[in-house]
Amino acid sequence: LSMVRHQPEGLDQLQAQTQFTRKELQSLYRGFKNECPSGLVDEETFKTIYSQFFPQGDATTYAHFLFNAFDMDRNGSIRFEDFVLGLSVLLRGSVTEKLRWAFNLYDINKDGYITKEEMLAIMTSIYDMMGRYTLPSVRDDSPFEHVEKFFQKMDRNRDGVVTIDEFIETCQRDENIMASMQLFENVI
Amino acid sequence: MAAGVAAWLPFARAAAIGWMPVANLPMPVAPTEKNKRQDELIILNVSGRRFQTWRNTLDRYPDTLLGSSEKEFFFNEDTKEYFFDRDPDVFRSVLNFYRTGKLHYPRYECISSYDEELAFFGIVPEIIGDCCYEEYKDRKRENAERLMDDQEDNKDAKLPNMTFRETMWRAFENPHTSTMALVFYYVTGFFIAVSVLTNVVETVPCGSVPNMKEVPCGERYTVAFFCMDTACVMIFTVEYLMRLFAAPNRYRFMRSVMSIIDVVAILPYYIGLVMTDNEDVSGAFVTLRVFRVFRIFKFSRHSQGLRILGYTLKSCASELGFLLFSLTMAIIIFATVMFYAEKGSTSSKFTSIPASFWYTIVTMTTLGYGDMVPKTIAGKIFGSICSLSGVLVIALPVPVIVSNFSRIYHQNQRADKRRAQKKARLARIRLSKTGSSNAFLHSKRNGLFNEALELTGSTEDEKRLSKSTSLIESQHHHLLHCLEKTTNHEFVDEQYYQQSYLEAGLQNYPSQSPSLSSQDGVTGTCCTRRSKKQHHTPLPNASAPAHMQPLKHTHTHPQGLQELSTIHIQPLSTSRSSLNMRVEEPAPLNCQSSQITTAIISIPTPPVTTPEGDAHLPAAPTLQNVVKVSAL
Repeated sequence: LSMVRHQPEGLDQLQAQTQFTRKELQSLYRGFKNECPSGLVDEETFKTIYSQFFPQGDATTYAHFLFNAFDMDRNGSIRFEDFVLGLSVLLRGSVTEKLRWAFNLYDINKDGYITKEEMLAIMTSIYDMMGRYTLPSVRDDSPFEHVEKFFQKMDRNRDGVVTIDEFIETCQRDENIMASMQLFENVI
Repeated sequence: MAAGVAAWLPFARAAAIGWMPVANLPMPVAPTEKNKRQDELIILNVSGRRFQTWRNTLDRYPDTLLGSSEKEFFFNEDTKEYFFDRDPDVFRSVLNFYRTGKLHYPRYECISSYDEELAFFGIVPEIIGDCCYEEYKDRKRENAERLMDDQEDNKDAKLPNMTFRETMWRAFENPHTSTMALVFYYVTGFFIAVSVLTNVVETVPCGSVPNMKEVPCGERYTVAFFCMDTACVMIFTVEYLMRLFAAPNRYRFMRSVMSIIDVVAILPYYIGLVMTDNEDVSGAFVTLRVFRVFRIFKFSRHSQGLRILGYTLKSCASELGFLLFSLTMAIIIFATVMFYAEKGSTSSKFTSIPASFWYTIVTMTTLGYGDMVPKTIAGKIFGSICSLSGVLVIALPVPVIVSNFSRIYHQNQRADKRRAQKKARLARIRLSKTGSSNAFLHSKRNGLFNEALELTGSTEDEKRLSKSTSLIESQHHHLLHCLEKTTNHEFVDEQYYQQSYLEAGLQNYPSQSPSLSSQDGVTGTCCTRRSKKQHHTPLPNASAPAHMQPLKHTHTHPQGLQELSTIHIQPLSTSRSSLNMRVEEPAPLNCQSSQITTAIISIPTPPVTTPEGDAHLPAAPTLQNVVKVSAL
């Protein structure tokens, strides 16, 4: 257990940077600080917390990708600012911003392109969260098939990678995706 | 779900946006927070000491007093606070449970008052954190033993229904219960003493007959001693037989240490009776008489201290064994050395190494009889080294070993306890894990039921069912539901999964049957008939345990009437947060009785979907969400 402690920026600055109200920020910080008194979440703790929501499967790989998506400055730990900035995008951002965030999640090496390998890794981690006891049973090539379908939909110019524009454009045309993006508006 | 994890639920839900672009199906509707209000402080006045916390903190555990509407009974309108006339010190632990999710047991607290407070606030003690669980269990056990002791004292008063045998056994075990038992106790004690005394006095030389040398009393007054011996043995035999008769479990009694001692104490006499005239074995017979001294061990029934000593020795046997082993090593080493040192000297007593053992032992234990002394200089040097090391070898480890006894002894006890509790602890963890996943599956069925109910407009039942899951739980279930939709697979119970795959392996097209029966349904027959039919079809679903998956299939008549029935919802193992919940009764409905069924087709094939799709689409396109046909 490291004795590193981190104090977040002031409430006013965070209020300016995010779309949350003062009270919301207060309540978020209270919850965050309760769980991580040191003010930092490292990857192991993050994985443990996230795994508790998915008792039947193995959520650690997906949690790893999520962690990288939140840890924007790549220093191995999530501070409250990272946490709250990410949440601001996810809950209060525009649809384009949310799609950008999702693209960032899928693009593991952050080079601006989603390759099939990256997507397969993400998909496998999502299917891992389902666990063994599913109906129908998750076959070994289920993630792969899903990736194929995804690329068929998203990859317009068939060059084997999905760029941010293809991604956003395709998603904006899909009603299901647009509807589901608004699903968690009132989470906080 | 743990309180801390509940704080991260909004985050997990927000992160679920990452699945959305990947999913091919529409997502389920999120549960709405009715009357969402800003978090407010709530004042809890416990016997004058004011505690304050957020209302949300208390809402984390809706099945306790503070988390439910039960606390409204304690609301004081004048002061706008909740007043509890309870112990404020224990309340600290209770409130900390809400804050941290862990229940701690303070050591200075009396166990019974703590239990009372927990019972008042509706908290099950089983969720005490691991840090305090052992202590709690120990105190609880002590208390229970104390209560049992009290009960036994009261029990001595009157038990009219005991048989004669049971009375006897109780008299033997507790001499204080009746006067007869006490008399018996003292009489046997007296005779044990007498018997041991005669054994001892038998060997004392008492007086000499003029023309013979001194003889021991035993040979002089043979008859007297024999009579005494006989009397004692008779008493002991009678006692043993009576105990054997009264014992509730005779086999176990015969194997116990005390009965073995009894047997060994009286056996020599009978053996002696049998073979008095045989000269060859008279030597053996004499040896057998030695065993009469075992009668002294019968005193251990009369002495608590002796029993404890015996038990202690038994439990520290390994430590004693090690002490003996190290002593043996030292003895052998020094004996060898002394032997070779004294080899040269004339008329040396150290004739062999085993002969030197005696010298080494006597020297090391600082006895120093002086029957064997070294004569050579080397021998004297080694002899002194031997006696010095003897002091060290014996005097030093003994206190260490003695303290080690108590430490290792208690540690072993604690380790055994922990091992015994480990299984229980793992079971608890597993239970909470399966509990949360089972809660999801359970609520899925409830959810389908709820949505079906919504259509008929019976809101009271819906409210009743939805009250049982807190908002946090329903949000968590919604999250899991979204994951199902993203991957297009469903969570099932382990049991059901294994069963369905056991059966699916035996059949090629299990889905043919529902298609047949669905044809019947389309023609407008009653649901009951179809559901009855489906019960007999060899579907994987059908043979699943009844409480797990009642065969579900929503079917709407062309007129749009929906037939509902009583679903027997049996709760599976409850999640940790709802340990306090009682088993839910199956919700009775005031509707007609036929089965509500939803299609959960395990292996979808085209023949299945089309007829049912036809059946459903014209009837009620709005019901698509309810049907939840998981077609790929």
